[in-house]
Amino acid sequence: MTIDLKTVKHISKLSRISIDDNKAKKLGKDLNSIFSFIEKLNELDTKNTEPLTSIAETTLKLRKDEIKSENIREDILKNSPDKNKDFFVVPKVVE
Amino acid sequence: MSNITDLKLVELVDKIKKKELSSTEVTIAFIERSKKSKKLNAYISENYESAIKKAKIFDQKPDFKKKLPGIPIAVKDLFCTKNIKTTAGSKILENFIPTYESTVTQNILDEGGIIIGKLNCDEFAMGSSNETSYFGNVQNPVSENLVPGGSSGGSSSALAAKLTPATIGTDTGGSIRQPASFTGTVGLKPTYGSCSRYGIVAFASSLDQAGPMTHDVKDCSLMFEIMSTYDTKDSTSVDFKRENYFTNLNENIKGKKIGIPKEYRVDGMPKEIDELWEKGIKIIKENGGQIIEISLPNTNYALPTYYIVAPAEASSNLARYDGVKYGFRSKGENLIDMYEKTRSEGFGDEVKRRIMIGTYVLSSGYYDAYYLKAQKVRRLIKNDFDEAYKKVDAILTPSTPSSAFKIGEKLNDPVSMYLNDIFTVPINLAGLPAISIPAGHDKKGYPLGLQVIGKAFDEQSILNIAFALEKNISFKNNITDWWIK
Repeated sequence: MTIDLKTVKHISKLSRISIDDNKAKKLGKDLNSIFSFIEKLNELDTKNTEPLTSIAETTLKLRKDEIKSENIREDILKNSPDKNKDFFVVPKVVE
Repeated sequence: MSNITDLKLVELVDKIKKKELSSTEVTIAFIERSKKSKKLNAYISENYESAIKKAKIFDQKPDFKKKLPGIPIAVKDLFCTKNIKTTAGSKILENFIPTYESTVTQNILDEGGIIIGKLNCDEFAMGSSNETSYFGNVQNPVSENLVPGGSSGGSSSALAAKLTPATIGTDTGGSIRQPASFTGTVGLKPTYGSCSRYGIVAFASSLDQAGPMTHDVKDCSLMFEIMSTYDTKDSTSVDFKRENYFTNLNENIKGKKIGIPKEYRVDGMPKEIDELWEKGIKIIKENGGQIIEISLPNTNYALPTYYIVAPAEASSNLARYDGVKYGFRSKGENLIDMYEKTRSEGFGDEVKRRIMIGTYVLSSGYYDAYYLKAQKVRRLIKNDFDEAYKKVDAILTPSTPSSAFKIGEKLNDPVSMYLNDIFTVPINLAGLPAISIPAGHDKKGYPLGLQVIGKAFDEQSILNIAFALEKNISFKNNITDWWIK
């Protein structure tokens, strides 16, 4: 299997990471070498194997829905690259 | 008296408890040495002033019942620390100040520990050489221009250089054990669910575990005892009675059955590693342990499985970095353009590569062929260990297939970089505990490690086996302080 430039561009779109043609070419090369290494898994027959979705075989516990930290709105907003009063600001989305 | 910074963690704790040293003296000693060691680039953020203040407060009313009474500790910059910048080695979090404390660092603070700084690491812990950090390469104190391993490379460098008496790292595929092996230090990756993941910047949630890095096994058992707690804030934290790993530490391994997996004898492995492995086997036999040949037949499939599972989880975890609520933002013509430019400029090449691998293997039409396939093989790898543990109590292997390499040597070949983790990755996939201890040097004089793998939640056994090995190996790290003028 090979990943062509068009596919690289498509994955970059899905990943919300913009890349130029030069980078896409280099990345395509890397991805191809990584995927040819991954192809090794096809040697194994896993028809009757259950997927392992979680290593911790515990049932999730319920806990009380309690407020643990209060009045930290300002501290949280301090980390925002763009804010207006109590709101995060993003580029306009509605015309 | 010898230098304060030459003392190990347990020795420092004893001296503070006996009032032979104050927390302030100890804290200042490590800070002064850290200041002289900027060339190693082990720190991302320094917390010196606040740490000295805290040490003075401790000394005014010392509580000697604490397990880390006024002990200064620098930690990997992947742990969120309240009011102290936490970057994960990334530009996208360059100015992020958490409003909360990770459970593991909180445990250290609760026992009297004092955070003196945040240590460099590969960006989002993705790397095996610390070369993917936005904040630059870290030097291995063993030799100039040598990588300290990764991703906990700042941690291993700072520890080996005695800038901190102990440290903590995280291990997703070997990120504690490989840097420990490269710097001649001890590193423990606990069982998945043993240490809380709350407040650790997430990379691959089904694999990530925090663990201690120390000068010796005794220090390691003390740190681990403090770090491992049940935590309701982490839904995968396991509720069981933790042992007093430090008090229970002993070198009696009589009757212990130790497995030697034949699949770990890989082609092209330096002769010295094989010799160290043999030395380890001999020590175990001499101390009354029993050596049993075992097979872990799917070992060769662990790395390809890891490079599907880990990037898939990473692509999902790192979707949160969109430049809106925190972190770096780039200007865009519209919302989508802003996201794409922010993530393109905010992430480094390795992180982007892994997000894209992950996005691809999870995308429509490829999910079954890659992600589901990898989860099935992960089951086979775990079954290998389950079978082995019917016959043995623990497993002994080398920690890495080579010693530390030069900065830049493997940077342009991702697959060759990934091969570094060939002996450590299977353990994360199976969720097991494993410890790396220094065992000798190769012909270049660089440290090499041995790895002891345990049954789930049986850290005490591997600590004890490592303790017995350590006593008989008597490893000496020949670090010359070349970076201090």
